[in-house]
Amino acid sequence: MNEQSNWLAACRVEDAIENGGVCVKHGEDQIALFYFTRRNEWYATQNECPHKKQMALSRGMIGSTTDEPKVACPFHKKTFSLSTGECLSGDECAIKTYPVKVENGTVYIGTTPKS
Amino acid sequence: MKEPQIIVIGNGMVGYKFCEKLRSKTSSFNLIVFGEEPRRAYDRVHLSEYFNGKTADDLSLSTENWYQEQNITLFLNNPVTKIDRDLQKVYTANGLDYSYDILVFATGSGAFVPNIPGIEKEGVFVYRTIEDLDLISSYAKKAKTASVIGGGLLGLEAAKALIDLGIEKTSIIEFAPRLMPRQIDAAGSDMLKSKLADLGLQIHLNKNTTSIEGDGRITALKFSDDTALDVDMLVISAGIKPRDELAKACGIEVGPRGGIVVDEKMQTNDPAVFAIGECALYDGMIYGLIAPGYEMAEVLAANLCEGEKTFTGFDMSTKLKLIGIDVASFGDNFIAEPDCRTIIFENKHKGVYKRINVSNDGQYLLGGILIGDATAYNLLLQTSNNKIVLPEDPAELILGARGGSESAGGAGITGLPDSALICSCEGVSKGDICSTVADGSCENIDDLKKCTKAGTGCGGCLPMVKDLMTYTLKSQGKYIKNVICEHFNYSRQELFDLIHIHELKSYDEVLDVLGKNDGCEVCKPLVSSLLASLWNEMILKKGNDVAQDSNDRFLANIQKGGSYSVVPRVPGGEITPDKLIVIGEVAKKYNLYTKITGGQRIDMFGAHLNDLPIIWEELIAAGFESGHAYGKGLRTVKSCVGSTWCRFGLHDSVSFAIRIEERYRGIRAPHKFKSAVSGCIRECAEAQSKDFGIIATEKGWNLYVCGNGGSKPQHALLLATDLDSETCIKYIDRFLMFYIRTADPLTRTATWLNKMEGGIDYLRNVIINDSLGMATQWENEIENLIASYKCEWKEAVENPAIRKRFSHFVNAPEDKDPTIEFVEMRGQKRTAEWKTV
Repeated sequence: MNEQSNWLAACRVEDAIENGGVCVKHGEDQIALFYFTRRNEWYATQNECPHKKQMALSRGMIGSTTDEPKVACPFHKKTFSLSTGECLSGDECAIKTYPVKVENGTVYIGTTPKS
Repeated sequence: MKEPQIIVIGNGMVGYKFCEKLRSKTSSFNLIVFGEEPRRAYDRVHLSEYFNGKTADDLSLSTENWYQEQNITLFLNNPVTKIDRDLQKVYTANGLDYSYDILVFATGSGAFVPNIPGIEKEGVFVYRTIEDLDLISSYAKKAKTASVIGGGLLGLEAAKALIDLGIEKTSIIEFAPRLMPRQIDAAGSDMLKSKLADLGLQIHLNKNTTSIEGDGRITALKFSDDTALDVDMLVISAGIKPRDELAKACGIEVGPRGGIVVDEKMQTNDPAVFAIGECALYDGMIYGLIAPGYEMAEVLAANLCEGEKTFTGFDMSTKLKLIGIDVASFGDNFIAEPDCRTIIFENKHKGVYKRINVSNDGQYLLGGILIGDATAYNLLLQTSNNKIVLPEDPAELILGARGGSESAGGAGITGLPDSALICSCEGVSKGDICSTVADGSCENIDDLKKCTKAGTGCGGCLPMVKDLMTYTLKSQGKYIKNVICEHFNYSRQELFDLIHIHELKSYDEVLDVLGKNDGCEVCKPLVSSLLASLWNEMILKKGNDVAQDSNDRFLANIQKGGSYSVVPRVPGGEITPDKLIVIGEVAKKYNLYTKITGGQRIDMFGAHLNDLPIIWEELIAAGFESGHAYGKGLRTVKSCVGSTWCRFGLHDSVSFAIRIEERYRGIRAPHKFKSAVSGCIRECAEAQSKDFGIIATEKGWNLYVCGNGGSKPQHALLLATDLDSETCIKYIDRFLMFYIRTADPLTRTATWLNKMEGGIDYLRNVIINDSLGMATQWENEIENLIASYKCEWKEAVENPAIRKRFSHFVNAPEDKDPTIEFVEMRGQKRTAEWKTV
């Protein structure tokens, strides 16, 4: 169980992209934030795709397989679960996922990874 | 309330079919059937099979319990003898009487027996019922020679029966100068005659039988030309005579040469009395085939159930196998010059004669005759009935394509509309057959026959029914593979049509209406591409941006490291020095790597996402527009310098290339496509390696299609020669829309053609001869796409909401991605290698 002490105010809800991702700067780190409007869910993961170390996941298309929410890297279409970070195509290592909360129209990312 | 009572007189094929059709629609009505024959209705069409070992039971149309199960009272061996229309009663041979509310004559026909002296002699038969066959069969045991009077369809069947019965010498006597005078012409008759002669049948044409000789029993025939022929037995098959005697006796109107007069609802002059089948005379004609009889049964059954059907005549096309010889006629088989153009193929060595009658404009098939080889019958019949536009050389229809790649059969079936009537006996369309197969209820021909009844009448359509089943199963196999992804249970082509029909404009709408769950990286770009191909709206309209592939989403190609490339359009590869300077200045200003592409334009690499809008703003200000290097659409139209400079050039290839590039720019397709125009046959623009390529000739342009470079190079194939510019563009319009509408996702034109049944010949027929009848629609569609073209980059930089998306960090819009690294090489920058672990 992760106790979140550090919540990063990432952006306003209206700055996020519906059914898509944005990239959030967190010091030297980059976090991909996804507003899955269709499911009314928020997800956050590392922005770097572990396959070729590209800062690109926030520009990927999101979707689902069966009921698992996922993102596809724009470079080579490797897909990762948005909820667990697990790689769904091939054997890339999992990506980090972060908790997200929305308060008063501001989106916060818990900067301690869930996994 | 008491159910109204229907009495059917006659239990032949059509009478039976009427009962079946009526009961399939309603269980009301008391239904009583009187049959004259001692057995249940049987298949009279295949009567001669009785001699090949089929039993009466095999030929029976129903099972023993069928009538009882259907709550129909059937009286066999009990003919109706009298009708009282005032009392609405029928009287039968067994002395009983029955009341009717509705009376149906399905009395069929009897053999027409000409009034020849001696016709009553022993050894003279008709060929009509199983009982007739039994009599013939037993008499034949002691006969060595036999004749058939009548060289029509039934006469030839009867002659076949006699041969089957072991008669050594069988002859056919025909009054007319040719065999099957209703179906085939003189040349066809000659061919048939020589084939029949090979089988030992003697054919006597122009013979008028004047008497039947013999002392109580037939021994010879005498003819009007004073010749004679010794025979031991004779079968009369000189035509049919409608069984209208009962109707006539009770005052129902009959025709001067027989037949109960009916209107288009099969009603006689007594509103309570109807007639169907061979006893009915509609519009002065007796329909002596099974299919129209069944259609009449359907019309009457439907109307009794408050339907609104009418009988308006019927296609009398036929195909049969006579003693192993195919004979077929269809459509207007006798029409001749100058009302049409006939194409005749004759091969005396093989005994094949084929004639097709083509409309004077060469567009349509009007009818024809086939002897010896009727394999093309179904396709020809459909081509004629459905007014399918003929190939450039209609002779291919009967000769088969020679040396070409066309498989006419496959292309033929796929080209038929769903409404094409395949089984005319049972009224089953292509759509009925394909959908029954497609929904999984039938996987073999027997099931299919049960489900649809297709092929259960004359059986002539069975080859085509089988082809359709195979085709549907095959396409279904493909279909399963072709389903886009788990979110859409459709192929790309189906989705294209559905989006069009439902007028869906955004990915979310498409997903809501046609798909399920949340979509994915497979269906999103595909649907976005379809939306662009259909409506050509700005692809980054709110909500659709996230459904674009990342290149489309940022209108630039993402490169190794995460930077983007910038490619302005340079139509035809022609560029002014000033514009070259602009490109150089922009590249320098934003520190971009530059390279000349294979498509005669200039690529600028290494742009940060944040810099894309400002770079494009500068380019647009200098007169550039998007080159769509990121999209699945037209890339470039390469050109050689052509007649403006080149001493060999025949035409101005650069101007034509620019015109084409500007025409098709921005149009989205299943995959990227490229083109080129060469000014002469030296082919400096390499047009034959393009999706469509154009080469100048002395007289115009040659158009090549479906070439490819890439991993599997393939030469483009010549589609048309010596075109003027307008026709060339018209063909490209059609070609592109056909491709856009039907290709699988991410399929280049070369692969698309490779998968196409019938190959380039089929494609040529579609594009040039408009064999699918789609040309006008496609031309309009592409005109709409062309008219709605806008430079996407111009729209993007001018729209603040879209422009805002071109920043790397949502919480630090001015910052560029710090992880992008470049290194130096040959005086320019290049991207750093993959940072592998």
